[in-house]
Amino acid sequence: MIVLLAVVVGVLYASGTYLLLQRNLTQIVIGLAVMGHGANLLLLVAGGRAGRAPIIGTGDGPVADPLPQALALTAIVITFGVTAFLLALSYRSWVLRHDDEVEDDVEDHRIARRGRGGRG
Amino acid sequence: MRVLLTLPVVLPLLAAGLSMALHRKPRAQRTLGVAVLVVVLAATVVLLARVHDDGPAAVQAGAWPAPIGITLVADLFAAIMLVVSAAMLLAVLVYAIGSPRTTDHALFFHPVYLILAAGVSASFLAGDLFNLFVAFEVMLSASYVLMTLGGNRDQVRSGMTYVVISLVASTLFVTAVGLIYAATGTVNMADLASRIADLPDAVRTGLGLLLLVVFGVKAAILPLFFWLPDSYPTAPTPVTAIFAGLLTKVGVYAIIRTQTLLFPTDGDPSLLLLAIAGATMVVGVLGAIAQNDVKRILSFHIVSQIGYMVMGLGLFSVAGMAGAIFYIVHHIVVKTTLFLVGGLVENATGTGALHRLGGLLHRAPLMAVLFILPALSLAGLPPFSGFVAKLALVQAGLEIDRYLIVGVSLAVSLLTLFSMTKIWAGVFWGTPQEDPPKLAARGHGRLSAPPLMVVPTAALVVLGLVVALAGAPLYDLSSQAAVTLTDPAPYIQVVMGG
Repeated sequence: MIVLLAVVVGVLYASGTYLLLQRNLTQIVIGLAVMGHGANLLLLVAGGRAGRAPIIGTGDGPVADPLPQALALTAIVITFGVTAFLLALSYRSWVLRHDDEVEDDVEDHRIARRGRGGRG
Repeated sequence: MRVLLTLPVVLPLLAAGLSMALHRKPRAQRTLGVAVLVVVLAATVVLLARVHDDGPAAVQAGAWPAPIGITLVADLFAAIMLVVSAAMLLAVLVYAIGSPRTTDHALFFHPVYLILAAGVSASFLAGDLFNLFVAFEVMLSASYVLMTLGGNRDQVRSGMTYVVISLVASTLFVTAVGLIYAATGTVNMADLASRIADLPDAVRTGLGLLLLVVFGVKAAILPLFFWLPDSYPTAPTPVTAIFAGLLTKVGVYAIIRTQTLLFPTDGDPSLLLLAIAGATMVVGVLGAIAQNDVKRILSFHIVSQIGYMVMGLGLFSVAGMAGAIFYIVHHIVVKTTLFLVGGLVENATGTGALHRLGGLLHRAPLMAVLFILPALSLAGLPPFSGFVAKLALVQAGLEIDRYLIVGVSLAVSLLTLFSMTKIWAGVFWGTPQEDPPKLAARGHGRLSAPPLMVVPTAALVVLGLVVALAGAPLYDLSSQAAVTLTDPAPYIQVVMGG
């Protein structure tokens, strides 16, 4: 089970990273969300093998580690909030420019132009 | 003690909620913000005095014992950082009240600013890695909003870069926390300090590097700084000033805290950190020289200065660490001041571009004085605080024969002076090549600035001079803080309740 989860974590990180490298804001946002899921799953796997619900005193047998679950829950809430903000920001960007591409840095353009001018 | 440790976090958070409810009463909103930060400043000063006398202090939230519960810890280093950051937050808030670009959005500015204050304090006090992550997120979420306050096109473009980079770093942080928990079974830093030593070397190095990358992005060290000079200048001035003063330093604080507590080198200098430090200094200052806008030059200087702090840590001696702490204090004060002066210039003329400015020496002599004092301090000229800070670092480097990094730091200092004179010559001397719009409209009279913007700026300039005048006692304090960093036994004991 842990091996399977480890593979899933790997796939989530890989596809998240791939999406992050695109020039399209929507894809970047989705990429971040996917990577965030990978991280949350990693937290769960870090707690060790699955067991029963982490409530003390409800029978015997191995109990799941409650701490990673608490950590993952917090991380999920944070990712949710920030992703919402990011979506609002990309919407704002679309309203302002009617374009979903990441813009280049203005100053970079200026310096690049200068560099070309100096050589040519 | 319990109250003193929780107050800097809880009070601004509660006040943020209240401030949101007061959005129809701007005067009450402002009074609340200033009052809360005054109380926080007073509390942190008392905390510093107590920690100085009695050693580190810790509070277990909810009375859960140490490795499980939420721990707030203050050692001398954290207490110093709390006092300096509270002072900056207060000064910049007063400046923001007088500044037109933030008063337009006061409804959101005040509550979010208080949340930022809570996040910064929580980062300094966090006793475990996951709380550090949460504190970072509180601080960063607030910073995302402040960065894009107003939502014009430039801000959205650069805000997007800032948010995405920060989020990637945060995801890596969660990853690091997960891996550390899997390897050791704890995320409490005091507990980790003993447990992480038992791990195989390769795992330890891997975890150490991962944390260095995570905090390196926030602190803007060499290969990870590209977001900073691009995004900071577009925000409103008070926001840029407080970001420049505090946010990257929270990253540096986290680097120092984790490297000394979790990955100590037994007193040997860390070659990796020294190499990063040198390269960060050089690239930052070269970037600054190439720029042509006041805020962008200052932003590149942040990067360059981070190098000095990492250098102090990289030396891994008490003297080096003390130099780094002193440097951080000096840098926070001076850098915030410089951005505030840049804001005064921009407010009076409508631009920060060097080729459109000039001759302000005669038209705004006060601004010139307010600029030149911190600028010379930043470059490290005696008798200013930058000189004391750099001298401390250079001496620490010479003590253990690290001549290369000392040479680099001195050369970079010279280049810093060069780029400061570039601002001076561009803004205060000469005549503008073309009149900026606002200047043209005002003719050739004296330029003025709102008193609410000038007074906090002047106060910070004076504070910068005080840091220089009180150099010796402050350096002693930094040395004591450095001792607790190099020997974390009291810190561990107070957290674990031995």
